[in-house]
Amino acid sequence: MTPTPDVVDARGRRCPLPIIDLARAFGSVATGETITLWADDPAAGPDVVAWCRLRGQELVATRELPTGGQEFVVRRRG
Amino acid sequence: MVRQQRISAARQLLASGPIRGCDARPPAGASGRSVAGVPAYLDHASTTPLHPAARAAYLVALDDGWADPARLYREGRRARMLLDAARETVAGVLGARPDEISFTASGTAAAGLALLGTAAARHRAGDVVMVSAVEHSSVLHAAAHHERAGGRVVEVPVDGIGRVDPAGFAPVEGTAVASLQHANHEVGTIQPVAEVAERLHAAGVPLHTDAAVTVGHLPVDLRVLGADLLTASAHKFGGPAGVGILAVRTGTRWRSPGPVDERESGRVPGYPDVPAIVAAAAALAARAAELAAQRPRLAGYVAELRRRLPELMDDVELLGDPDPAGSVGHISAFSCLYVEGEALLAGLDRAGIAVSSGSSCTSDVLTPSHVLVAMGALTHGNLRVSFGRESTRADLDALLDVLPGVVREVRARLGATDLGAARG
Repeated sequence: MTPTPDVVDARGRRCPLPIIDLARAFGSVATGETITLWADDPAAGPDVVAWCRLRGQELVATRELPTGGQEFVVRRRG
Repeated sequence: MVRQQRISAARQLLASGPIRGCDARPPAGASGRSVAGVPAYLDHASTTPLHPAARAAYLVALDDGWADPARLYREGRRARMLLDAARETVAGVLGARPDEISFTASGTAAAGLALLGTAAARHRAGDVVMVSAVEHSSVLHAAAHHERAGGRVVEVPVDGIGRVDPAGFAPVEGTAVASLQHANHEVGTIQPVAEVAERLHAAGVPLHTDAAVTVGHLPVDLRVLGADLLTASAHKFGGPAGVGILAVRTGTRWRSPGPVDERESGRVPGYPDVPAIVAAAAALAARAAELAAQRPRLAGYVAELRRRLPELMDDVELLGDPDPAGSVGHISAFSCLYVEGEALLAGLDRAGIAVSSGSSCTSDVLTPSHVLVAMGALTHGNLRVSFGRESTRADLDALLDVLPGVVREVRARLGATDLGAARG
């Protein structure tokens, strides 16, 4: 599965790198817009949820990727 | 005659009450730091050094308690006397009767026997074992074993500080036994054991409590807790490794889940390590006598750690109950955003500071701590700091001096600087 340019592909990267990738890319996300993260580290699921809580952002959707790993869609609230 | 005196010395060592020569204050060296060879040992919740009272009792019991306590000749009777004295001592500290106390080879073995033995005895009541989501692995492994044998397991969730809601522990149909820790081993949160016990008893369901975190660290009374079974581990409170405590309250239905012999009233098979058991009992009696003097000091270290960490570094999440009354008072955990737990441990270790981590990169299996996941806490950059009777102010200062620099260094290496302030 090939990511589209608007996807942050952190598959194969270990904790906490996927969260750092998400945070870095989030800097260019406008309020109300979303960003998509792909990650397959077992800690990514809980850590994306925790990051959203700590940063006051919204985890809109999570799904399993057919090729392994998970997709997270995060919206900037402010 | 000399022997007789030594036995009475060992019995005296085991008698409850303050033990002379064991000062409640830490034996701080010239550096003001505590555990020999380690500049700052802050992992007392993993294991803690042998208590001086345990060492003294151990040496006496090695000489006088070496024989088989099941034998009727003189040496056997001496070993038996020491074993009985140890049992009475432990029972006295835990508010139990001596015949309710058995000794196992570990806290893990005790938890397995408690849970599986009650499930076995109550199989007609049902095949469900209830556990909280944040139990120690020994309890979860026992539950998994029960499941592999065809039984069912129901896991009770926790809130953000790691505590179960007593209402969530309402037993489902067919519950044979439930297990709820007295306090959590990773974040120190105290569980509402008495309330849960009351709810379970109303439905006729017995409760096991894993008190490995609390026994020897705060007052623990089996009957006040209301649990039917309680387990603990000696090396967590200054006893030697290789001794677990299994308390089964009179009237609790329990049957050994494995082979039995005549040892420990048919509860724990195999030859008991009498000297280690005597040492464990001596440690527990000494701890019970010291607690009132020590707990405020250690709770003060925890409070200061929690106050200073957010001042010293950005993006640190304090875990567990912010109310000191809801926590054991010697354990504190936190997670640092954008940092690998492994790098934190390594950086602190270089400075001679020993702590532990629940982050996945510090485990063999690459999965984060089930406790942190159940709480919804950040699982990376996690550290658990735990204080013990030897801990000093200098240990805390060493950690607070070194940690912020280690965190900055790791974040810089990972390119995780300037990623925006908290809350957008």
